[in-house]
Amino acid sequence: MIDTDITQLWVYLSTKPLTGLTITLVAYAIGFWLYQKSNRNPVCNPVVIAIALIAFVLHVTDTPYATYFEGAQFVHFLLGPATVALAVPLFRQTETLKRAMPVIVFGVLFGSLVASASTVLLAWLLGASPETLASLAPKSVTTPVAMGIAENIGGVPALTAVCVIATGIVGATLGPMVMNMARLKDWRARGFAMGVASHGIGTARAFQVNETAGAFSGLAMGLNTMATAITIPFLWHWIFG
Amino acid sequence: MIAAFALILVCQLFGEVISELFDMPVPGPVIGLVLLFFGLLISRKPPKVLTDAADNLLMHFSLLFVPAGVGVVTQIDRLKGDWLPIAAALIVSTLLTIVLTAVLMSKLLPKHTSSSGVTATDSGSDAS
Repeated sequence: MIDTDITQLWVYLSTKPLTGLTITLVAYAIGFWLYQKSNRNPVCNPVVIAIALIAFVLHVTDTPYATYFEGAQFVHFLLGPATVALAVPLFRQTETLKRAMPVIVFGVLFGSLVASASTVLLAWLLGASPETLASLAPKSVTTPVAMGIAENIGGVPALTAVCVIATGIVGATLGPMVMNMARLKDWRARGFAMGVASHGIGTARAFQVNETAGAFSGLAMGLNTMATAITIPFLWHWIFG
Repeated sequence: MIAAFALILVCQLFGEVISELFDMPVPGPVIGLVLLFFGLLISRKPPKVLTDAADNLLMHFSLLFVPAGVGVVTQIDRLKGDWLPIAAALIVSTLLTIVLTAVLMSKLLPKHTSSSGVTATDSGSDAS
């Protein structure tokens, strides 16, 4: 009796956009709380925790992704304005930009090409499908832009989102270790590399350790967003027609 | 605050229109980013309401990735089929990019006159 009541209540609720929106915010709040509890350990990434929690809820309640997204789209929509807003932190780095402009532009183009070319080449050698290749190519730029690029070159935006977030976590957790092994000590170079390869998640990590590294990471991330959004689609259409 | 959000949305809208109109492969919000960046360069001193609005939007930037990320539930089959190339590309390519870019930049960036705060003095044992 009570069982059917609850089922009916869920059937009713699951059609409301409010449910998808609420689940998104609650799951992220839990993820963020755990992240802080773990002393901001990058392995406890709030995004990963939130995605896992929501995926679990959707699976248990047998709710299709499309139904969930009707509510979650309100959060998703903000990705566009937030991308535009990246102009502000970028503007704060104008002085740095002016001082070493040619080097920075060269570094961003270099990092952007290494990231996308090595990704596509490696995945292709290991037999990935064309859709997977196109979804992986923009993995080093921030999610909304990467999804836009993937869509443009025939990838699957949802797969791209997952790969981008995974890339950020790999960079934030393992990146500093490899740079230590390579005996790289310049905070500016270290931050810059983190921003180019692992976007916002890498930048957040760089800021935690060193202000200079964080500033250079944010700068590299912002410029790489633009560089990759321009280079990948043109190169892709030029190479694959 | 409303005016600042409106300005950000106007930049995005112009970005989308330019992207559509000229059939550009660059996503609209990125063109909006460029537009706003040049606007800031011209104005030199951006109004505080605008920087506050931007900082607020970016404070929980990662929350905005969640709905798209949940899309993984629709990609399980593809992930199962291509897990090896995806995992290899994610790990190898990301670390390769980090090391090569860091090496290049530590060679190319102009050396500071005062090295304090620029290099890791504790031999990078607890580096970023």
